[in-house]
Amino acid sequence: MIDYTEKIPNNVDLGRDRGLQRALEHWQPAYMGWWYDMGPNESHNYDVYLRTAVSVEPDGWAQFDYVKMPEYRWGIFLQPRDMQRQVNFGMHKGQSAWQEVPGEYRSTLRRVIVTQGDTEPASVEQQRLLGASCPSMYDLRNIFQVNVEEGRHLWAMVYLLHRYFGRDGREEAESLLARRSGDADNPRILGAFNEPTPDWLAFYMFTFFTDRDGKFQLCALAESGFDPLARTCRFMLTEEAHHMFVGETGVTRIIKRTCEVMKEHKLEDPSQIRALGVIDLQTIQRYLNFHYSVTLDLYGSDLSSNAANYYTSGLKGRFRETKLEDDHVLSEAEYPVYEVIGDKIAQKNVPALKALNERLRDDYIEEIADGVARWQRVIDEAGIPFKLTLPHKGFHRAIGNFAGHHIGIHGEVLTAEEWKKHEDEWLPSAADQKFVQSLMTGRVVEPGKFANWIAPPLRGINSKPLDFEYVRFN
Amino acid sequence: MDSAAMEELSTKMEPPDYRTEPSQYKHWKLAFDGPVATLTMDVAEDGGIRPGYKLKLNSYDLGVDIELHDALQRIRFEHPEIRSVIITSAKNRIFCSGANIYMLGLSSHAWKVNFCKFTNETRNGIEDSSAHSGLKFLAACNGTTAGGGYELALACDEIILVDDRSSAVSLPELPLLGVLPGTGGLTRVTDKRKVRRDHADMFCTNPDGVRGQRAKDWRLVDEVIKPQQFPEQVKARALQLAEKSDRPANAKGIALTPVKRTVDDAGLHYEYVDAQVNREARLVTLTVRAPESVPTDMMESVKAAGASWWPLQMARELDDAILTLRTNELELGLWILKVVGNPEAVLAFDGFILDHQDNWFVREVLGMMRRTFARLDVSSRSMYAIVEPGSCFAGTLFELVLAADRVYMRDSQDSENVASVVLSRMNFGALPMVNHLSRMAARFYQETGQIESLRKLIGKKITVHEAMEAGLVTAAPDDLDWEDEIRQALESRAALSPDALTGLEANLRFGGSETLETRVFGRLSAWQNWIFIRPNAVGANGALKVYGTGAPAKFNWERV
Repeated sequence: MIDYTEKIPNNVDLGRDRGLQRALEHWQPAYMGWWYDMGPNESHNYDVYLRTAVSVEPDGWAQFDYVKMPEYRWGIFLQPRDMQRQVNFGMHKGQSAWQEVPGEYRSTLRRVIVTQGDTEPASVEQQRLLGASCPSMYDLRNIFQVNVEEGRHLWAMVYLLHRYFGRDGREEAESLLARRSGDADNPRILGAFNEPTPDWLAFYMFTFFTDRDGKFQLCALAESGFDPLARTCRFMLTEEAHHMFVGETGVTRIIKRTCEVMKEHKLEDPSQIRALGVIDLQTIQRYLNFHYSVTLDLYGSDLSSNAANYYTSGLKGRFRETKLEDDHVLSEAEYPVYEVIGDKIAQKNVPALKALNERLRDDYIEEIADGVARWQRVIDEAGIPFKLTLPHKGFHRAIGNFAGHHIGIHGEVLTAEEWKKHEDEWLPSAADQKFVQSLMTGRVVEPGKFANWIAPPLRGINSKPLDFEYVRFN
Repeated sequence: MDSAAMEELSTKMEPPDYRTEPSQYKHWKLAFDGPVATLTMDVAEDGGIRPGYKLKLNSYDLGVDIELHDALQRIRFEHPEIRSVIITSAKNRIFCSGANIYMLGLSSHAWKVNFCKFTNETRNGIEDSSAHSGLKFLAACNGTTAGGGYELALACDEIILVDDRSSAVSLPELPLLGVLPGTGGLTRVTDKRKVRRDHADMFCTNPDGVRGQRAKDWRLVDEVIKPQQFPEQVKARALQLAEKSDRPANAKGIALTPVKRTVDDAGLHYEYVDAQVNREARLVTLTVRAPESVPTDMMESVKAAGASWWPLQMARELDDAILTLRTNELELGLWILKVVGNPEAVLAFDGFILDHQDNWFVREVLGMMRRTFARLDVSSRSMYAIVEPGSCFAGTLFELVLAADRVYMRDSQDSENVASVVLSRMNFGALPMVNHLSRMAARFYQETGQIESLRKLIGKKITVHEAMEAGLVTAAPDDLDWEDEIRQALESRAALSPDALTGLEANLRFGGSETLETRVFGRLSAWQNWIFIRPNAVGANGALKVYGTGAPAKFNWERV
């Protein structure tokens, strides 16, 4: 008999839920098998200074200690229930929030949860080799923290599948462990999660841009009328914030280091900057362009009947739905989207219900712009005349109204040939990636040391010093 | 755009043309490699045959299906070396998502019904070629296969589904749209693939469908294959299927030159077929012309003529006339069937065709004739055959008599010039209806004695009294009354409810036994057409109407 409350911290009464225990008895060993196969490479015997959530109380959700990752206590936590909570939008607005799956939405909800759940193990798989080239022990610990929490987010989704979706749910939970990022025979569901994360710049960009898509999706699901999903997502958001912190500060530190070198040596020419072992701002801009544009695609088509159905059914809301002041039904409202007509990009109003993907994308862009402005401040403070910019929304898009068109970085409508001419100027070339990876051929793991291409962070984890031994290799 | 506006626009637009050729395709690519043809669906989003919708995710409309129908004809006639056909998709992770829902939402009821009928006939044509012409079809479902996409796969001999843990086959019509999978989906799932009824019930109510091993276990597909092995295994399986075929390896195909026709206020005019419209009386006189003379060396004439060989050209023209009238002339509810020409010539062609079924081309021509006449049986038009002195209802063309709802034969006094009909072997099984019976057998409910005594009349001129006696004609008005009798018969028919007549004819034409095809055209289509006009589907809040708007469907919960 397994002591579930000890092994699996939870606030879902797992100790008395025989059905859930039985489901997890099968799934948990399979999960461990997956972690050993696909978790961070060669990391299983490390003691890592990790944060573990053991309860949802203020003192419980962030307990720090050394732990071997395979022994990490992946828990199941839902934000405590609000007994008054209602469905806050769509056709069921005003009804009590659902505590069980409404039969008519079963397959839709299952699909939403599976699609979200599939991204969690995918990013662990994408990042599993990065430990070998980490720029510091601090960063190594951070990627491990991100990885175990992605694992916990998988647990959170699997809990919903096990608890609410019967045999189908259990089969889907197994499939979440069986797919593999980048495996042509067995790919992860969303395209962006089958791309490799080849280097640390890509990792930081991914956690800044793509994990933030995760945040916005979770925010929209946190509004769900299906209360267990909403409560699960709310708790996940507390962890997601750390992932984006890792991304944002990672890029900040790279920019800071580059600016220091530029200032010290009074250099502006990228090749001279590269020669000094740091990443030129132009390359950083190109990585930004890439990760931003592929992440925009993750929001889906500008006009989506699925998104409309999810909203009307009360399954997935808008970003900060309950803070918005409108009817929360959207039967009459309109929303602007863009389309390419000839060589022009034109705006047109469409029913707001069908444009919910676009709206969430716009909310995301607003937040991203703030983050990029913070990066810019680092450059400005160094007195370097370089502007980081967000590409036009239509740049390098494969999904939605811009798909199939060749939109330049500033929104110019180009021919395929014209666009191709600028490709290496706008997106990381093979040479750029080769250069970035050439800086990251080995790992830096002496406590307090940092690779030359990145600045140290302002402070350590949990008020520990920067030279704290965040990872013990044993 | 609502459906009223759409209809108004449609009437102002060029009516659809069923004639096309590969160089004009917008949506399909046709490639040939040894004995295997590959038909690749790559639907152009902006290539809809009507405005107002985008053909996203390899969804189709009538225009896409017209190309599919044409491509099948090219394979049959222009590429005798082809033995198996792979149907697949050029889109990433999408095989086909079925009929375009926005198109259905915008379309009039008549357009939807006609569209479904044609797509049904095209899918039946795939099975017809598999059964009779040695062409085997393999659906290579390389991504999501939904609704009409799965129905297209169901028409193939085998279905291979990619096993990438997300691509599923599904029939989501009922849960998503509140209608049925109406292009044979329900029927083929049960009758052809023999999916157990409770599995079928689960499958048809789950919008996500079924994927992977379960799809195979439930018999929804024949094989599931991992993405990396997929192209190779599809190819290998297509080659295996090709081995079963008796199509010739080295024969040369014939070019299907465009069907020539002129259109004017009087109607549609072809070389061997003429459709004369009478709008006031709401009828069409459809006259088929047989040649005047018999070719002396038939085999030579076949080779020289190719697509202009009379049986083929006549069938292609009749096919085009039927499709065009059905789509564009909804109010012309009564078709008068007439035939002129030399009966001896028709009999000579019949004999030759039946004696040379080992020749791939002659076999294909018979197939074309079979499928064309079968369109008549399922057309929602009243049909009267008119037999007069000088008409040529012989053999193959006597099928028009047998297809008709009523047959009027003129009882003339002039012994020099009396009307007669002639039977040939063609009338006893070579041109079955979709119930797999000859029209003769269906007419007489398979009563062996009667059919055998008719068989004894093969080749003989059957005059009016003999024809009445044999049960081959409905009425034989006297010369004196002929004009007036016929006028009254037409006028009284034209006055009846068109809906009720459609129902009546569909029932009477298919007495006796059922087949998969009759169940598709009868049980499935009839229920579908009922659902298609119910408020639960097409009312202001009907499921089909609100699909994609995000607005919820509102149902009247009464079971009817």
